[in-house]
Amino acid sequence: MKIIVDFDKCKSNAVCMGVAPEVFEVRDDNFLYILQEEPTENLRPKMEEAVRTCPAGAIELVG
Amino acid sequence: MAEPLLENITVVGASLAGLRAVETLRREGFPGRLTLVGAEPHLPYDRPPLSKELLAGTWEHDQIVLRKAPYAELELELYLGNPAAALDVGKRTVTLATGIEIAWDGLVIATGSQPRLLPNTPPLDGLYTLRTLDDCFGIRTRLDAGARVCVIGAGFIGAEVAAACRSRGLDVTVLEMLEQPMVRGVGSVIGSVLAELHRDQGVDLRCSVAVDAIEGGGKVERVRLVGGAVVECDLVLVAIGAVPTTDWLIGSALTLDDGVVCDSSLLATPLVVAAGDVCRWPNALFGGDLMRIEHWTNAAEQGVFAAHRLLSGDAETPFAPVPFVWSDQYGIKIQCAGRFTGTDRMELVHGALSDHRFVVIFENDGVISGVLAFNQPRQVMLYRRMIAERASFSDALSFAAANQ
Repeated sequence: MKIIVDFDKCKSNAVCMGVAPEVFEVRDDNFLYILQEEPTENLRPKMEEAVRTCPAGAIELVG
Repeated sequence: MAEPLLENITVVGASLAGLRAVETLRREGFPGRLTLVGAEPHLPYDRPPLSKELLAGTWEHDQIVLRKAPYAELELELYLGNPAAALDVGKRTVTLATGIEIAWDGLVIATGSQPRLLPNTPPLDGLYTLRTLDDCFGIRTRLDAGARVCVIGAGFIGAEVAAACRSRGLDVTVLEMLEQPMVRGVGSVIGSVLAELHRDQGVDLRCSVAVDAIEGGGKVERVRLVGGAVVECDLVLVAIGAVPTTDWLIGSALTLDDGVVCDSSLLATPLVVAAGDVCRWPNALFGGDLMRIEHWTNAAEQGVFAAHRLLSGDAETPFAPVPFVWSDQYGIKIQCAGRFTGTDRMELVHGALSDHRFVVIFENDGVISGVLAFNQPRQVMLYRRMIAERASFSDALSFAAANQ
Protein backbone atom coordinates (compact mmCIF):
# COMPACT_ATOMS: atom_id res chain seq x y z
CA MET A 1 0.00 0.00 0.00
CA LYS A 2 1.41 3.35 -1.08
CA ILE A 3 0.23 6.87 -0.23
CA ILE A 4 0.27 9.37 -3.07
CA VAL A 5 -0.51 13.03 -2.38
CA ASP A 6 -1.20 15.51 -5.15
CA PHE A 7 0.66 18.46 -3.66
CA ASP A 8 -0.82 20.82 -6.25
CA LYS A 9 -4.23 20.05 -4.80
CA CYS A 10 -3.28 19.79 -1.12
CA LYS A 11 -4.52 22.85 0.77
CA SER A 12 -2.93 21.97 4.10
CA ASN A 13 -6.18 21.62 5.99
CA ALA A 14 -4.43 18.95 8.10
CA VAL A 15 -7.53 16.77 8.32
CA CYS A 16 -5.35 13.76 7.37
CA MET A 17 -3.08 14.58 10.28
CA GLY A 18 -6.11 14.46 12.56
CA VAL A 19 -6.92 10.97 11.23
CA ALA A 20 -3.40 9.49 11.14
CA PRO A 21 -0.66 11.62 12.71
CA GLU A 22 1.77 8.70 12.35
CA VAL A 23 1.59 9.06 8.55
CA PHE A 24 0.65 12.68 7.85
CA GLU A 25 2.22 15.70 9.46
CA VAL A 26 1.49 19.34 8.67
CA ARG A 27 4.35 21.35 10.12
CA ASP A 28 4.54 24.96 11.20
CA ASP A 29 5.53 25.93 7.65
CA ASN A 30 1.95 24.83 6.70
CA PHE A 31 3.25 22.12 4.35
CA LEU A 32 2.22 18.49 4.53
CA TYR A 33 4.96 15.91 5.10
CA ILE A 34 4.43 12.19 4.58
CA LEU A 35 6.12 10.28 7.38
CA GLN A 36 5.54 6.81 5.90
CA GLU A 37 5.03 6.56 2.14
CA GLU A 38 4.24 2.87 2.42
CA PRO A 39 2.27 2.46 5.65
CA THR A 40 1.82 -0.98 7.13
CA GLU A 41 -1.33 -2.93 6.31
CA ASN A 42 -2.86 -2.42 9.78
CA LEU A 43 -3.17 1.30 8.94
CA ARG A 44 -5.38 0.65 5.88
CA PRO A 45 -8.70 1.68 7.53
CA LYS A 46 -7.13 4.96 8.66
CA MET A 47 -5.61 5.54 5.22
CA GLU A 48 -9.01 4.96 3.59
CA GLU A 49 -10.55 7.43 6.03
CA ALA A 50 -7.86 9.99 5.21
CA VAL A 51 -8.64 9.61 1.49
CA ARG A 52 -12.38 10.00 2.10
CA THR A 53 -12.12 12.98 4.44
CA CYS A 54 -9.49 15.04 2.61
CA PRO A 55 -11.38 18.23 1.70
CA ALA A 56 -9.16 18.71 -1.34
CA GLY A 57 -9.41 15.13 -2.59
CA ALA A 58 -5.62 15.17 -2.77
CA ILE A 59 -4.80 11.75 -1.27
CA GLU A 60 -4.70 8.52 -3.21
CA LEU A 61 -4.07 4.99 -2.01
CA VAL A 62 -2.40 2.57 -4.42
CA GLY A 63 -2.20 -1.16 -3.85
CA MET B 1 -30.62 -6.31 17.79
CA ALA B 2 -29.62 -6.94 14.20
CA GLU B 3 -31.71 -5.32 11.50
CA PRO B 4 -33.41 -7.62 8.99
CA LEU B 5 -31.23 -8.21 5.95
CA LEU B 6 -31.71 -5.26 3.63
CA GLU B 7 -32.16 -5.82 -0.11
CA ASN B 8 -33.24 -2.50 -1.47
CA ILE B 9 -31.69 0.76 -0.27
CA THR B 10 -32.53 4.22 -1.58
CA VAL B 11 -30.34 7.26 -0.94
CA VAL B 12 -32.10 10.57 -1.52
CA GLY B 13 -29.63 13.38 -2.18
CA ALA B 14 -26.73 13.12 -4.63
CA SER B 15 -24.17 15.42 -3.12
CA LEU B 16 -21.30 14.66 -0.74
CA ALA B 17 -23.27 12.87 2.04
CA GLY B 18 -25.32 10.82 -0.44
CA LEU B 19 -22.25 9.84 -2.45
CA ARG B 20 -20.29 8.80 0.63
CA ALA B 21 -23.34 6.77 1.73
CA VAL B 22 -23.61 4.76 -1.51
CA GLU B 23 -19.84 4.23 -1.60
CA THR B 24 -19.90 2.97 1.99
CA LEU B 25 -22.82 0.64 1.37
CA ARG B 26 -20.97 -1.05 -1.50
CA ARG B 27 -17.64 -1.07 0.32
CA GLU B 28 -19.30 -2.82 3.26
CA GLY B 29 -20.65 -5.45 0.90
CA PHE B 30 -24.29 -4.48 0.41
CA PRO B 31 -25.20 -6.63 -2.62
CA GLY B 32 -28.77 -5.49 -3.25
CA ARG B 33 -30.51 -2.86 -5.33
CA LEU B 34 -29.10 0.60 -4.64
CA THR B 35 -30.83 3.76 -5.87
CA LEU B 36 -29.41 7.29 -5.75
CA VAL B 37 -31.76 10.24 -6.29
CA GLY B 38 -30.53 13.79 -6.97
CA ALA B 39 -32.40 17.05 -7.51
CA GLU B 40 -29.69 18.52 -9.75
CA PRO B 41 -28.83 17.24 -13.23
CA HIS B 42 -25.13 16.85 -12.34
CA LEU B 43 -23.26 13.92 -10.87
CA PRO B 44 -22.08 14.65 -7.30
CA TYR B 45 -19.68 17.59 -7.19
CA ASP B 46 -17.77 19.45 -4.53
CA ARG B 47 -19.48 22.61 -3.27
CA PRO B 48 -16.78 24.52 -1.34
CA PRO B 49 -14.96 25.62 -4.53
CA LEU B 50 -18.19 27.22 -5.84
CA SER B 51 -17.57 30.29 -3.68
CA LYS B 52 -13.79 30.12 -4.11
CA GLU B 53 -11.85 28.84 -7.14
CA LEU B 54 -14.81 28.44 -9.52
CA LEU B 55 -16.08 31.93 -8.89
CA ALA B 56 -12.58 33.39 -9.05
CA GLY B 57 -12.36 31.75 -12.49
CA THR B 58 -9.28 29.63 -11.77
CA TRP B 59 -11.10 26.24 -11.78
CA GLU B 60 -13.66 24.56 -14.03
CA HIS B 61 -16.38 21.97 -13.50
CA ASP B 62 -14.07 19.01 -14.16
CA GLN B 63 -11.92 19.98 -11.16
CA ILE B 64 -14.77 19.58 -8.66
CA VAL B 65 -15.95 16.10 -9.60
CA LEU B 66 -16.29 14.25 -6.29
CA ARG B 67 -15.79 10.70 -7.46
CA LYS B 68 -12.99 9.86 -9.83
CA ALA B 69 -13.57 6.08 -9.95
CA PRO B 70 -16.19 4.84 -12.44
CA TYR B 71 -19.80 5.01 -11.28
CA ALA B 72 -20.40 1.60 -12.89
CA GLU B 73 -18.51 0.04 -9.96
CA LEU B 74 -21.28 1.20 -7.63
CA GLU B 75 -24.04 -0.46 -9.69
CA LEU B 76 -26.52 2.34 -9.00
CA GLU B 77 -29.98 3.08 -10.25
CA LEU B 78 -29.43 6.77 -10.75
CA TYR B 79 -32.14 9.42 -10.94
CA LEU B 80 -30.60 12.86 -11.52
CA GLY B 81 -32.43 16.12 -12.09
CA ASN B 82 -35.33 14.49 -10.32
CA PRO B 83 -36.04 15.81 -6.82
CA ALA B 84 -37.90 13.69 -4.31
CA ALA B 85 -41.41 14.99 -3.66
CA ALA B 86 -42.80 12.73 -0.95
CA LEU B 87 -41.93 9.98 1.51
CA ASP B 88 -44.26 7.30 2.80
CA VAL B 89 -42.58 5.57 5.75
CA GLY B 90 -45.46 3.08 6.22
CA LYS B 91 -45.50 1.92 2.58
CA ARG B 92 -41.70 2.37 2.32
CA THR B 93 -41.76 4.43 -0.84
CA VAL B 94 -40.24 7.65 -2.12
CA THR B 95 -42.11 9.52 -4.84
CA LEU B 96 -40.13 11.74 -7.19
CA ALA B 97 -41.34 15.03 -8.64
CA THR B 98 -41.85 13.28 -11.98
CA GLY B 99 -44.22 10.80 -10.31
CA ILE B 100 -41.83 7.83 -10.29
CA GLU B 101 -42.33 5.75 -7.16
CA ILE B 102 -39.31 3.99 -5.65
CA ALA B 103 -39.75 1.23 -3.07
CA TRP B 104 -37.10 0.73 -0.37
CA ASP B 105 -36.42 -1.35 2.70
CA GLY B 106 -33.62 0.98 3.88
CA LEU B 107 -33.49 4.75 3.33
CA VAL B 108 -30.77 7.40 3.63
CA ILE B 109 -32.04 10.99 3.68
CA ALA B 110 -29.31 13.37 2.46
CA THR B 111 -31.19 16.18 0.74
CA GLY B 112 -28.97 18.89 2.18
CA SER B 113 -30.04 22.47 2.60
CA GLN B 114 -31.03 25.42 0.46
CA PRO B 115 -30.27 29.13 0.75
CA ARG B 116 -32.48 31.19 2.98
CA LEU B 117 -34.27 33.85 0.97
CA LEU B 118 -35.10 37.44 1.82
CA PRO B 119 -38.84 37.86 2.25
CA ASN B 120 -40.78 40.10 -0.13
CA THR B 121 -38.08 40.14 -2.79
CA PRO B 122 -39.18 40.66 -6.38
CA PRO B 123 -37.82 38.22 -9.01
CA LEU B 124 -35.21 40.52 -10.54
CA ASP B 125 -32.57 39.60 -13.11
CA GLY B 126 -29.21 39.65 -11.33
CA LEU B 127 -30.55 38.48 -7.96
CA TYR B 128 -28.80 35.31 -6.83
CA THR B 129 -28.23 32.83 -4.06
CA LEU B 130 -25.23 30.48 -4.21
CA ARG B 131 -25.72 26.80 -3.61
CA THR B 132 -25.44 24.98 -6.92
CA LEU B 133 -23.06 24.77 -9.84
CA ASP B 134 -25.68 26.49 -11.99
CA ASP B 135 -25.91 29.37 -9.47
CA CYS B 136 -22.12 29.64 -9.57
CA PHE B 137 -21.87 29.81 -13.36
CA GLY B 138 -24.70 32.33 -13.45
CA ILE B 139 -22.85 34.62 -11.05
CA ARG B 140 -19.52 34.03 -12.76
CA THR B 141 -20.88 35.15 -16.11
CA ARG B 142 -21.93 38.44 -14.48
CA LEU B 143 -18.53 38.84 -12.84
CA ASP B 144 -16.89 38.26 -16.23
CA ALA B 145 -18.94 41.21 -17.48
CA GLY B 146 -17.63 43.42 -14.65
CA ALA B 147 -20.70 43.47 -12.43
CA ARG B 148 -20.82 45.74 -9.38
CA VAL B 149 -21.64 43.29 -6.62
CA CYS B 150 -23.62 43.67 -3.43
CA VAL B 151 -23.49 40.73 -1.02
CA ILE B 152 -26.11 40.50 1.71
CA GLY B 153 -24.67 38.58 4.68
CA ALA B 154 -21.05 38.38 5.89
CA GLY B 155 -20.94 34.67 6.78
CA PHE B 156 -18.57 32.21 5.13
CA ILE B 157 -20.24 32.27 1.70
CA GLY B 158 -20.63 36.04 1.61
CA ALA B 159 -17.03 36.57 2.73
CA GLU B 160 -15.63 34.11 0.19
CA VAL B 161 -17.62 35.61 -2.66
CA ALA B 162 -16.39 39.06 -1.65
CA ALA B 163 -12.82 37.73 -1.68
CA ALA B 164 -13.35 36.18 -5.13
CA CYS B 165 -14.71 39.52 -6.43
CA ARG B 166 -11.71 41.41 -5.08
CA SER B 167 -9.33 38.88 -6.66
CA ARG B 168 -10.93 39.89 -9.97
CA GLY B 169 -10.61 43.58 -9.15
CA LEU B 170 -14.37 44.07 -8.91
CA ASP B 171 -16.11 46.50 -6.58
CA VAL B 172 -18.02 44.69 -3.89
CA THR B 173 -20.18 45.85 -1.01
CA VAL B 174 -21.03 43.49 1.84
CA LEU B 175 -24.01 44.25 4.05
CA GLU B 176 -24.18 42.67 7.50
CA MET B 177 -27.09 42.98 9.89
CA LEU B 178 -24.99 42.40 13.05
CA GLU B 179 -22.19 44.61 14.37
CA GLN B 180 -19.38 42.34 13.05
CA PRO B 181 -19.08 39.45 10.59
CA MET B 182 -19.83 36.06 12.22
CA VAL B 183 -20.14 37.65 15.63
CA ARG B 184 -22.86 35.24 16.72
CA GLY B 185 -20.48 32.31 16.41
CA VAL B 186 -16.97 33.52 17.14
CA GLY B 187 -17.56 36.72 19.13
CA SER B 188 -16.70 40.36 18.55
CA VAL B 189 -12.89 40.14 18.83
CA ILE B 190 -12.56 37.70 15.93
CA GLY B 191 -15.46 39.44 14.21
CA SER B 192 -13.50 42.68 14.15
CA VAL B 193 -10.40 40.86 12.80
CA LEU B 194 -12.53 39.53 9.94
CA ALA B 195 -14.03 42.98 9.34
CA GLU B 196 -10.60 44.57 9.15
CA LEU B 197 -9.37 41.84 6.80
CA HIS B 198 -12.14 42.60 4.31
CA ARG B 199 -11.74 46.37 4.56
CA ASP B 200 -7.98 46.09 4.04
CA GLN B 201 -8.69 44.20 0.83
CA GLY B 202 -10.97 46.92 -0.47
CA VAL B 203 -14.37 45.49 0.41
CA ASP B 204 -16.99 48.09 1.29
CA LEU B 205 -18.19 46.27 4.43
CA ARG B 206 -21.14 47.85 6.20
CA CYS B 207 -22.19 46.32 9.50
CA SER B 208 -25.27 46.92 11.65
CA VAL B 209 -27.32 47.67 8.56
CA ALA B 210 -30.71 46.33 7.48
CA VAL B 211 -31.92 45.88 3.91
CA ASP B 212 -35.13 47.70 3.15
CA ALA B 213 -35.57 46.66 -0.50
CA ILE B 214 -33.81 45.33 -3.56
CA GLU B 215 -34.92 47.57 -6.40
CA GLY B 216 -34.77 47.75 -10.16
CA GLY B 217 -36.86 47.73 -13.33
CA GLY B 218 -36.74 44.05 -14.29
CA LYS B 219 -33.10 43.78 -13.26
CA VAL B 220 -31.17 44.58 -10.12
CA GLU B 221 -30.21 48.27 -9.94
CA ARG B 222 -29.78 49.07 -6.25
CA VAL B 223 -30.19 47.90 -2.68
CA ARG B 224 -31.94 50.36 -0.40
CA LEU B 225 -31.04 50.20 3.29
CA VAL B 226 -33.25 51.05 6.22
CA GLY B 227 -32.46 54.73 6.90
CA GLY B 228 -32.33 55.55 3.20
CA ALA B 229 -28.74 54.76 2.09
CA VAL B 230 -28.48 53.19 -1.37
CA VAL B 231 -25.96 50.71 -2.86
CA GLU B 232 -25.91 50.89 -6.66
CA CYS B 233 -25.18 47.43 -8.09
CA ASP B 234 -25.77 45.00 -10.96
CA LEU B 235 -25.73 41.79 -8.96
CA VAL B 236 -27.09 40.98 -5.53
CA LEU B 237 -26.08 37.80 -3.74
CA VAL B 238 -28.28 36.86 -0.81
CA ALA B 239 -26.06 34.85 1.57
CA ILE B 240 -27.96 34.85 4.85
CA GLY B 241 -27.70 31.17 5.72
CA ALA B 242 -29.45 27.99 4.71
CA VAL B 243 -32.47 25.96 5.69
CA PRO B 244 -32.63 22.15 5.58
CA THR B 245 -34.41 20.67 2.57
CA THR B 246 -37.28 18.91 4.34
CA ASP B 247 -40.32 20.22 2.46
CA TRP B 248 -40.69 16.82 0.75
CA LEU B 249 -40.90 15.14 4.18
CA ILE B 250 -43.82 17.14 5.55
CA GLY B 251 -46.56 14.71 6.57
CA SER B 252 -44.17 11.73 6.45
CA ALA B 253 -44.32 10.93 10.21
CA LEU B 254 -40.64 11.83 10.64
CA THR B 255 -39.88 14.42 13.31
CA LEU B 256 -38.97 17.67 11.55
CA ASP B 257 -37.53 20.51 13.60
CA ASP B 258 -34.85 22.51 11.79
CA GLY B 259 -33.91 19.28 9.98
CA VAL B 260 -34.75 15.60 10.30
CA VAL B 261 -34.42 14.85 14.01
CA CYS B 262 -32.46 11.65 14.56
CA ASP B 263 -31.14 9.70 17.53
CA SER B 264 -27.46 9.70 18.48
CA SER B 265 -26.79 7.00 15.86
CA LEU B 266 -28.42 9.09 13.07
CA LEU B 267 -31.52 6.89 12.92
CA ALA B 268 -34.68 8.91 12.19
CA THR B 269 -37.09 6.00 12.46
CA PRO B 270 -36.51 2.27 11.97
CA LEU B 271 -34.79 1.62 8.61
CA VAL B 272 -34.37 5.37 7.95
CA VAL B 273 -31.16 7.35 8.60
CA ALA B 274 -30.17 10.92 7.75
CA ALA B 275 -26.82 12.53 6.91
CA GLY B 276 -25.41 15.93 6.04
CA ASP B 277 -26.97 19.39 6.28
CA VAL B 278 -30.47 17.93 6.67
CA CYS B 279 -29.64 15.86 9.76
CA ARG B 280 -30.20 17.12 13.32
CA TRP B 281 -28.94 14.79 16.01
CA PRO B 282 -27.77 14.83 19.65
CA ASN B 283 -23.98 15.06 19.75
CA ALA B 284 -22.85 13.12 22.83
CA LEU B 285 -19.57 15.05 22.85
CA PHE B 286 -21.46 18.26 23.66
CA GLY B 287 -23.84 16.98 26.33
CA GLY B 288 -26.24 15.47 23.80
CA ASP B 289 -27.36 18.86 22.52
CA LEU B 290 -29.13 18.68 19.16
CA MET B 291 -26.85 19.87 16.37
CA ARG B 292 -27.28 20.49 12.66
CA ILE B 293 -24.03 21.12 10.81
CA GLU B 294 -23.64 22.50 7.28
CA HIS B 295 -19.92 21.78 6.89
CA TRP B 296 -18.19 19.64 4.28
CA THR B 297 -16.46 17.33 6.78
CA ASN B 298 -19.71 16.64 8.58
CA ALA B 299 -21.48 15.64 5.36
CA ALA B 300 -18.59 13.33 4.42
CA GLU B 301 -18.42 11.69 7.84
CA GLN B 302 -22.17 11.40 8.37
CA GLY B 303 -22.67 9.85 4.93
CA VAL B 304 -20.26 7.08 5.89
CA PHE B 305 -21.62 6.72 9.43
CA ALA B 306 -25.31 6.68 8.47
CA ALA B 307 -24.77 4.05 5.77
CA HIS B 308 -22.86 1.86 8.21
CA ARG B 309 -25.58 2.37 10.84
CA LEU B 310 -28.25 1.23 8.38
CA LEU B 311 -26.38 -1.92 7.34
CA SER B 312 -24.99 -2.97 10.71
CA GLY B 313 -28.00 -2.20 12.90
CA ASP B 314 -25.54 -0.83 15.48
CA ALA B 315 -27.68 1.43 17.67
CA GLU B 316 -25.08 1.75 20.42
CA THR B 317 -22.26 3.68 18.75
CA PRO B 318 -23.05 7.40 18.75
CA PHE B 319 -21.97 9.83 16.04
CA ALA B 320 -20.03 12.28 18.21
CA PRO B 321 -17.47 14.24 16.20
CA VAL B 322 -15.81 17.61 16.71
CA PRO B 323 -17.35 19.83 14.00
CA PHE B 324 -14.72 21.29 11.66
CA VAL B 325 -14.88 23.93 8.96
CA TRP B 326 -12.40 25.90 6.93
CA SER B 327 -12.54 28.95 4.71
CA ASP B 328 -9.99 30.42 2.32
CA GLN B 329 -10.07 34.21 2.01
CA TYR B 330 -7.35 36.43 0.51
CA GLY B 331 -4.79 33.64 0.80
CA ILE B 332 -5.57 33.14 4.50
CA LYS B 333 -6.70 29.75 5.71
CA ILE B 334 -9.32 30.21 8.40
CA GLN B 335 -10.19 27.04 10.32
CA CYS B 336 -12.58 26.39 13.18
CA ALA B 337 -13.21 23.22 15.14
CA GLY B 338 -15.63 22.62 17.97
CA ARG B 339 -18.74 24.48 19.01
CA PHE B 340 -19.08 28.24 19.26
CA THR B 341 -21.86 29.87 21.22
CA GLY B 342 -20.72 33.48 20.87
CA THR B 343 -20.34 33.85 24.65
CA ASP B 344 -17.51 31.40 25.38
CA ARG B 345 -14.35 32.63 27.12
CA MET B 346 -11.62 33.08 24.51
CA GLU B 347 -7.82 33.01 24.91
CA LEU B 348 -5.17 33.80 22.34
CA VAL B 349 -2.62 30.97 22.62
CA HIS B 350 -0.37 31.34 19.55
CA GLY B 351 0.67 34.28 17.38
CA ALA B 352 -0.89 37.73 17.16
CA LEU B 353 -4.30 38.69 15.78
CA SER B 354 -2.78 41.43 13.65
CA ASP B 355 -0.31 39.03 11.95
CA HIS B 356 -3.07 36.90 10.40
CA ARG B 357 -1.31 33.90 11.90
CA PHE B 358 -2.76 32.98 15.27
CA VAL B 359 -4.72 30.43 17.30
CA VAL B 360 -7.48 31.22 19.79
CA ILE B 361 -9.21 28.62 21.93
CA PHE B 362 -12.61 28.78 23.59
CA GLU B 363 -13.82 27.55 26.97
CA ASN B 364 -17.26 26.33 27.91
CA ASP B 365 -18.05 24.74 31.26
CA GLY B 366 -14.40 24.17 32.15
CA VAL B 367 -13.44 22.25 28.99
CA ILE B 368 -11.92 23.38 25.70
CA SER B 369 -14.94 23.69 23.40
CA GLY B 370 -13.50 25.30 20.29
CA VAL B 371 -10.42 26.40 18.37
CA LEU B 372 -10.15 29.02 15.64
CA ALA B 373 -7.02 29.86 13.69
CA PHE B 374 -5.65 31.86 10.81
CA ASN B 375 -2.92 30.01 8.87
CA GLN B 376 -2.19 27.46 11.63
CA PRO B 377 -3.64 24.13 10.40
CA ARG B 378 -1.24 22.01 12.41
CA GLN B 379 -2.25 23.65 15.66
CA VAL B 380 -5.96 23.38 14.84
CA MET B 381 -5.70 19.62 14.54
CA LEU B 382 -3.82 19.33 17.85
CA TYR B 383 -6.51 21.31 19.68
CA ARG B 384 -9.26 19.52 17.80
CA ARG B 385 -8.00 16.31 19.35
CA MET B 386 -8.13 17.90 22.81
CA ILE B 387 -11.75 18.93 22.18
CA ALA B 388 -12.57 15.34 21.20
CA GLU B 389 -10.99 14.16 24.45
CA ARG B 390 -12.95 16.77 26.45
CA ALA B 391 -9.69 18.09 27.87
CA SER B 392 -9.99 20.72 30.59
CA PHE B 393 -9.36 24.30 29.53
CA SER B 394 -6.48 24.57 31.98
CA ASP B 395 -4.84 21.51 30.38
CA ALA B 396 -5.27 23.15 26.97
CA LEU B 397 -3.63 26.34 28.26
CA SER B 398 -0.73 24.31 29.73
CA PHE B 399 -0.34 22.50 26.41
CA ALA B 400 -0.24 25.85 24.64
CA ALA B 401 2.36 27.24 27.06
CA ALA B 402 4.56 24.19 26.46
CA ASN B 403 4.28 24.54 22.66
CA GLN B 404 5.30 28.14 22.04
